[in-house]
Amino acid sequence: MIHVENLVKRYRKAKQNAVDGVSFDVGGGEFFALLGPNGAGKTTTISILTTTLTPTSGRAAIGGRDIVAQASAVRREVGIIFQRPSLDLNLTAEENVRLHAILYGLYPYAPAYRLMAPGYRNQVHELAALLDLEGEIFAPVRTFSGGMRRKLEIVRSLIHQPKVLFLDEPSAGLDAPTRRTLWDHLATVRRERGTTVFLTTHYLEEAEQADRICVIDHGRVVEEGSPAALKAKLTRETLVVDAPDRAALAGELALLGFAAQGDGPFEFGLGGRTVHAVLRSIETPLTLVQTHAPSLEDAYLAIVGRADA
Amino acid sequence: MRELSAILAIAQRDFVKLLRDRARIISDFAFPLLLVGFLGPALQAGFGSAGGLDLQAFVFTGVLAQTVWQSSALGVVSLIADRDEDFSQEIFVSPISRYSIVAGKILGESLVAMPQAGAILGVGLLLGIKLSPAVLLLLVPVIALVAVFGAAFGILILSNIGSQRTANQIFPFIMLPQFFLAGVINPLHNLPWFLEILSRISPMRYAVDLVRNVYYGFEPSAVPAEASTAPANLAVIGVMLVVFVLVGTARFVRSERNR
Repeated sequence: MIHVENLVKRYRKAKQNAVDGVSFDVGGGEFFALLGPNGAGKTTTISILTTTLTPTSGRAAIGGRDIVAQASAVRREVGIIFQRPSLDLNLTAEENVRLHAILYGLYPYAPAYRLMAPGYRNQVHELAALLDLEGEIFAPVRTFSGGMRRKLEIVRSLIHQPKVLFLDEPSAGLDAPTRRTLWDHLATVRRERGTTVFLTTHYLEEAEQADRICVIDHGRVVEEGSPAALKAKLTRETLVVDAPDRAALAGELALLGFAAQGDGPFEFGLGGRTVHAVLRSIETPLTLVQTHAPSLEDAYLAIVGRADA
Repeated sequence: MRELSAILAIAQRDFVKLLRDRARIISDFAFPLLLVGFLGPALQAGFGSAGGLDLQAFVFTGVLAQTVWQSSALGVVSLIADRDEDFSQEIFVSPISRYSIVAGKILGESLVAMPQAGAILGVGLLLGIKLSPAVLLLLVPVIALVAVFGAAFGILILSNIGSQRTANQIFPFIMLPQFFLAGVINPLHNLPWFLEILSRISPMRYAVDLVRNVYYGFEPSAVPAEASTAPANLAVIGVMLVVFVLVGTARFVRSERNR
């Protein structure tokens, strides 16, 4: 559904690439999370994919359509929840929805709600019921709470039935109950429509619900895989050992089948063996023995830190 | 059809926004009304008899054109504030042509300038400025043209600035000199040569002068109030309008995506 190949973006007057050769693929119906710290290039990537920003080089396609050459067709296929709320606070909820519906060519323009096509009015009633906003759908959005606004944005972004829904840090600034509502609603949408969801976030807990996570930092992909795979890979228990005779130790570890890199101290995964068994199998006298079992959060910080180095 | 619908929807949004923004209505209306209501009569009382020109009507026509022109120009530049803040992200990711966005904005901001024109005309009538039905009738299309012309100038400015902050900083330097160079409250006769050149390249001048062509065409004054003839003003406005829209839109669309 989404194909990204060697995507590079350097903003004008910037010294570094904001996105620096990113490649990944997202399948249809998949829930994909782009995880990374602030400034990693997440919003830039989403802006390019939603055609509001031109890439410096590389290519990307959504549903087989090139995001540069067929920008207009791509825009029709995607829905977006922006990092910052994008409702017009001067308008009512219904007017916001109406503008969206007209911009996406769902209904022809009419100057007032009453004059809009009956299909539109039915849809608004359904939306209002869905949102529990029957009383407020004609009230200015300014009077809505943050959670209601977010919900309205999501519903609005789905009325043209996009194949891909982009969410750019959607839960920033939302309280816990509202976040929960948001995720429940998204789960329903995915179940009912098979919409592909592309999420950017810097919250690990949010990314953990995804089918696949791509960790990005300094504009580069640093890790990719399912949450379970990443967890298995990144939270493996490791052993750190050192010896006065490092050459002998390195040779012995290689012989035992442990992939220990560097010049020592050596850190390596246990590969399913117990610490005790591993230590017993090493003959070289050791001066340092440490075990290490990082949490997923440690692992994430380590990945991001590694990219910093 | 779809693009036309989008243009109308964007334009309507601008107009509705004006109607619901009371602070903006007051600030939009206060300044021109002060000029027409206080400055015009004061100048007329002080200098009117000396120059042989009805300064009250002169200031009235100048402020009418300037207000409409400047209002739609500033309105179009607000597109950049939209982008900085919140809402136009929604417009920019929608599958409509960038040219439709600009067209909708020009139409919308031109509409927004209309109630202001109406208010100034109302005050003019109250002050006893001679506005015959013929003048009022002819002013309708001329004011509309002035509004679109101002909006086109706004697009050109918009395409050359990066943020609302820049816009706020440079706008006084673009608008205030034109206020004098366009002859809003001062006649343009016998300008020193360098001011004459600057005046002739000020787009606002032609908007102001065209409105005066209409007014003084029906209410001739003893001293010439206009700088050029109506056909000459129309020709310059036509050329500038087309150039501003084409260059401004093309530049804006490109800069929007190639940040």
